[in-house]
Amino acid sequence: MNIRIHEGGSAGAEVTRRSFLRTGTAVAGGMAALAAALSPLKDLNPAEEFSIEKFIQKHYKEMTPDDMKGALDRIAREVEHRYKVRPEVRDMRPKAGVEFVYALNLSRCIGCRKCVYACVEENNQSRAPEIQYIRVIEMPRGTLDLEKGNHHYERPTVPDADHFYMPVQCHQCANPPCVKVCPVEATWQDDDGITVIDYDWCIGCRYCEAACPYWARRFNFVKPEIPEADINKDMGYLSNRPRPKGVVEKCHFCLHRTREGRLPACLEACPTGARKFGNVLDPKSEVSQILKTKRVFVLKEEVGTLPRFFYYFDERYPRSLDPEAKQVALSLGYTPGAGGWTPPAGDPARAEVSR
Amino acid sequence: MIRAYLTFLYRCFRLSFVGTAGYYLWMFALSVVSLLGLNAYCKQFVHGMGVTGMTDHVSWGLYIANFAFFVGMAASAAMLVIPVYVYRNRELSHLVIFAQLLAVATIIMSLLFVVVDLGRPDRFHHMMLRFNFPISMLTWDVISLNGYLLLNLHICGYLIYAAYRRREPTKLFYIPFVMVAIIWAFSTQLVEAFLYCGLGGRPFWNSAVIAPRLVASAFAAGPSILILALHVIATSTDYRVPEQAFLTLRNIVRVAMAASFFLLMSELFTEFYTDSAHVASARYLFMGLDGRSGLVAWIWTALSLNAIGLVILFTPASKSRGFLLTACAMMIVGVWIEKGMGLVIPAFIPSPLGEIVEYAPTLNEWLVTAGIAAFGFLVFTILVRVTIPVLSGKLAFDRPYDPSGNDEDSPNSAASGAAGA
Repeated sequence: MNIRIHEGGSAGAEVTRRSFLRTGTAVAGGMAALAAALSPLKDLNPAEEFSIEKFIQKHYKEMTPDDMKGALDRIAREVEHRYKVRPEVRDMRPKAGVEFVYALNLSRCIGCRKCVYACVEENNQSRAPEIQYIRVIEMPRGTLDLEKGNHHYERPTVPDADHFYMPVQCHQCANPPCVKVCPVEATWQDDDGITVIDYDWCIGCRYCEAACPYWARRFNFVKPEIPEADINKDMGYLSNRPRPKGVVEKCHFCLHRTREGRLPACLEACPTGARKFGNVLDPKSEVSQILKTKRVFVLKEEVGTLPRFFYYFDERYPRSLDPEAKQVALSLGYTPGAGGWTPPAGDPARAEVSR
Repeated sequence: MIRAYLTFLYRCFRLSFVGTAGYYLWMFALSVVSLLGLNAYCKQFVHGMGVTGMTDHVSWGLYIANFAFFVGMAASAAMLVIPVYVYRNRELSHLVIFAQLLAVATIIMSLLFVVVDLGRPDRFHHMMLRFNFPISMLTWDVISLNGYLLLNLHICGYLIYAAYRRREPTKLFYIPFVMVAIIWAFSTQLVEAFLYCGLGGRPFWNSAVIAPRLVASAFAAGPSILILALHVIATSTDYRVPEQAFLTLRNIVRVAMAASFFLLMSELFTEFYTDSAHVASARYLFMGLDGRSGLVAWIWTALSLNAIGLVILFTPASKSRGFLLTACAMMIVGVWIEKGMGLVIPAFIPSPLGEIVEYAPTLNEWLVTAGIAAFGFLVFTILVRVTIPVLSGKLAFDRPYDPSGNDEDSPNSAASGAAGA
């Protein structure tokens, strides 16, 4: 076959009626098909989804106090419009000299999932579809291999004697892969160690979700649904204000509470005291004591993310290795040796220790 | 000057609406599928990504899989550029333009696949305002793809326009760009691989062999598509495609596919002989895990197609056009599966917390994908359709596109006029 370059009818100045009709029909048909293809857009509610205000809103770090005030007002208005409650939306900034860490006592956790539901309520998470930041894994004894765990255990009572329970949420890593990969800096690590997300900046590429080794991030595949009565009116810009569809969210250590000295909702809900939270820069804080004295470990240490979420068991170090006990022993004049500690001569404890 | 260029664009535009019955049918079909895709995308835009099969467990699916595939197709244009400009194989010089036109079309497809994967496409401009360069690999990808698009647009645009003006192209205006484009083509593959293999939380991707595997499989599938395209050009137009083009491309496909298998074997050995916890995703892909085996049939189909295609290419039978085309078609499908279903999806299964949640694309997702593919082929067809008359001298600045009457090797105009109706 050959190329046939044919100028359908419009060669020269001659435009026949037939070619005009033919072209007209083709153009009209094409337009109709295009309109039909675009027809789903009629279900869009442009007033709710888009506004100039939102379009020109700056990145969190570039907002002036006035810009922020405007954004908080807008969010409050939108929440009121949709959920019929007037929220108090604040922008909570990190405090100097604070670095938050979480410590979770695996000896105490009974797998009741009260933390999961407290988190959902506190953080205005979508009820349909369900979005939860905390995942409790039921682990068989004798392994820490997560692939052997059960995420969907249903028992009339917990705990089960043959299992232990491992809650996982955002580990607020000091070397967060999710922050590295974000193409638009919509997520970053704040000075107090909390990795936050600007829900008004996220473009929804979900690269952070792919990067996270702890499966901590959730994406709003559809518009989140929260019953009006369940809205938590105490809201933070970077934390629990309702999220739009198409953006990523995750645990933020309840920063709207913790940055003003309160405790995270999951901790308050825990019936066994397995959850500990605090400022690791304060040597007297409970978490500092735990990190010093307990057998603490982090999940997937080999991926190098340096989590601020620590797991531990109740048991202390063997006395010979306990750094605190060692200090005490040295100060009392004990001498370390191959067979254990030797008390100073004349010490009544000498017989005790050598046994 | 600008006026002459606008005239050129206008003539190209007019020309794209002119052709044989087969051309109209092909363009009509592509338009219909493109519009179906647009329709499906509008639904996704209104209702959210929930209309896809993706979940928090498998958070990238068919779109990113196709993205990976088509970036590779674009890069493989370099495989034809190298013989021509580095090894001075002048006989193929015009064909380079077709390879670059294919690159242009496939980059457009790649970019569209990224855009439809965004949860908030309305915030695309945030990319311009806070560009996390050089830390985020995605920003490298944006630069590498758009840069490659511009390079190819410039090179083939310049060469085609020079032919239209009946001028010998000035080497300075395109040879340096060609050399940059060759290196750039490899770098697109490298950046594409780094997108995945830099993630420590995904052991399946956390492998240094991902980049070479991407290059090898792309350089097998890309030239395969070119072979098919050149065959269609050779048989449905009067443009003469030298037989040597097919043989050169065949050699490239052969070597690239052999290398691809070599790298696959290295990967499989490392995974399965070590047999550490990291093997879970590979086990899911090739054998199934805990009774879940959604990808097993796909990957073995892919590997079988690639293997049979490779065997055909190593036999003399592949000198016959029929066998060559069959082998190429098999490899295109094989690599498409291997790169999509085989590279992107299994990295998410099991999830980082050990859950096995499978993924299957929804109809809506398939429609969007088909729409983008059809649109890409539409662009490629138009580009080729206007380029051929320019290269063969039938369309030039002093010769507006000519109704077939004056052309000695064209049948009468009434036939083609009727065909166009």
